[in-house]
Amino acid sequence: MAIEVNGKSYETDEEGYLVNLGDWNEDVAGFLAQQEGVNLTENHWEVINFLRDYYNEFQIAPAVRVLTKAIGKKLGADKGNSQYLYELFPYGPAKQACKIAGLPKPTGCV
Amino acid sequence: MADLEFPIPKYRDYPEVPAIKAGAMAHSRPHVASEKIQEALGYQTKLAEDWQVTHDKAIGKFGELLGKYRSLKVFMDSCVHCGACTDKCHYFIGTNDPKNMPVARQELMRSVYRRYFTLAGKMFPSLVGAQDLTKELLDEWYTYFWQCSECRRCSVFCPYGIDTAEVTMAARNILDTVGYGQKYTNEILGKVNKIGNNLGLPGPALENTLEGLEEDLKEDTGFDIKYPLDVQGAEVLLVTPSADFFAEPHIESLIGYGKVFHAAGISWTLSSYASEAGNFGMFDGDYEMMRKVALRIRKAALELGVKRIVVGECGHAWRIAYAFWNTLSGLGAGANDPFAIELQKQLDPRYKQPSHICEFTWDLIQQGRLQFDKEANDHRIITFHDSCNVARASRMGDYPGGQFEIPRNIIKAVANKYVEMAPDTIREATFCCGGGGGILTDELVEARIKGAFPRMEALQQVVDQHGVNFMATICAICKAQFTKVLPYYGFNMRLVGGVHQLVSTAIRLGNEQ
Repeated sequence: MAIEVNGKSYETDEEGYLVNLGDWNEDVAGFLAQQEGVNLTENHWEVINFLRDYYNEFQIAPAVRVLTKAIGKKLGADKGNSQYLYELFPYGPAKQACKIAGLPKPTGCV
Repeated sequence: MADLEFPIPKYRDYPEVPAIKAGAMAHSRPHVASEKIQEALGYQTKLAEDWQVTHDKAIGKFGELLGKYRSLKVFMDSCVHCGACTDKCHYFIGTNDPKNMPVARQELMRSVYRRYFTLAGKMFPSLVGAQDLTKELLDEWYTYFWQCSECRRCSVFCPYGIDTAEVTMAARNILDTVGYGQKYTNEILGKVNKIGNNLGLPGPALENTLEGLEEDLKEDTGFDIKYPLDVQGAEVLLVTPSADFFAEPHIESLIGYGKVFHAAGISWTLSSYASEAGNFGMFDGDYEMMRKVALRIRKAALELGVKRIVVGECGHAWRIAYAFWNTLSGLGAGANDPFAIELQKQLDPRYKQPSHICEFTWDLIQQGRLQFDKEANDHRIITFHDSCNVARASRMGDYPGGQFEIPRNIIKAVANKYVEMAPDTIREATFCCGGGGGILTDELVEARIKGAFPRMEALQQVVDQHGVNFMATICAICKAQFTKVLPYYGFNMRLVGGVHQLVSTAIRLGNEQ
């Protein structure tokens, strides 16, 4: 499967996650978000950027708790909870946010 | 909840058998494992182009399994089509698809068995309902054996005691062999073999996560609750599903385990090499794969020199630990290879090896080594969802039914308000959450939502009658599945949580610092 953004084709898997993590850029993120019905705001980008930074360091998306803590520090304690993340990414912060951030899907019993 | 292409089942006034809708779930198909995923596990990478090759390989594997597992042959032979199982499956009740009646699902395999492995079926196939294995039939296997969560509720009601889960496992094992693996399960098996857990959480990330947790708990409680990793010579090795490190509400139970170890003053450790209790090898019925995953835990136990092995809140992991570890890895009584003997010498014989975290905590409660402020849980009205693999495939404690009583005993020791769901939906008759056995993947969401229906019906009853607002469970899959499907039935996703989440809320950690 593939998506086309700005005339360029990017390979995705059956579930719409980018196959090559290096393909990601902000336009691709915008396209993936649109497909998910998510309208990217600055607050979404805070999450996406944190996910990508964490992934670059640890080769895995952060645990939900690690993410909520980081977002709470950045955007205020009232936003440091998973409820807020579900508001941003209704299909679940782990999976949907990872998809838009161009990271692999978290697997297992999650 | 938006964008579903199918209706959510409607609650019934009486739990009558639903009218059948033939083919209602014939479209359900999980993603097929890629060549890369299959190759990493040593399975054939994809279906052969020539059907005859696939056919012969499948029948060959079927024959091999029949020779290896006498049980499978008995299960193939002994069904009399009495129909006792038909309305016991949550997937049938939720989807109305007659091929989700356990007897009909198994018939997909049994008809092939008769054709190739019985005299009557070889000579007069149409007289005995025997059929050739065709590509279409193999596709049906893939569709319907991936709508079984291997929960074994039907087996409880089978007068012959046919273990339906074993039939499903055998079918999936054959599918793997011919290159028709399921992506979700096999991708995860690849990760656990490579990285040590289903999530693919590397050691440094695990360490970082645990350090963060320690900081949070210091802030929240004032106590230095530790999450030790790879500590040589610790008393206990805790093996828990990696979802406990990652997801919510799972991590709340991990917090609970840490508090129990802290309050009891028992040294413990996690292992970065064996950072997973789950073992998806069971879902595929591949004994060698199961063994490979289980051996990681033995290796970690030997290297760390621990005296006890405790398993966290994970349903199928406890089945494997309880019923398979002894022959898989020599952990538990009965094994006699050199590593197993070494391990037996190392482990403390005064304790059950392995122990479930609920047994561990309940023992401490009985010894008076843990104290609780039960009122801390007074905002919760709690019910307990028995997880299928714990309920029907294992035991806890030293008496029959311990696996039902011990988790409930813990809940009652840490909280004041507890009610049961309807008797025909709990204990050995418990309904699966709808996501077990390799079904917990996004593309199977229809089967998952519909499969959760009988449990949701029972839950709704206690919510209406008693105001239940917390459903405790001891399985990572149950927790993830309910978090996903509860909102479709109008519930808050936070209604589900772990037993040790309740322990965590009420436990006294010592004098305030």
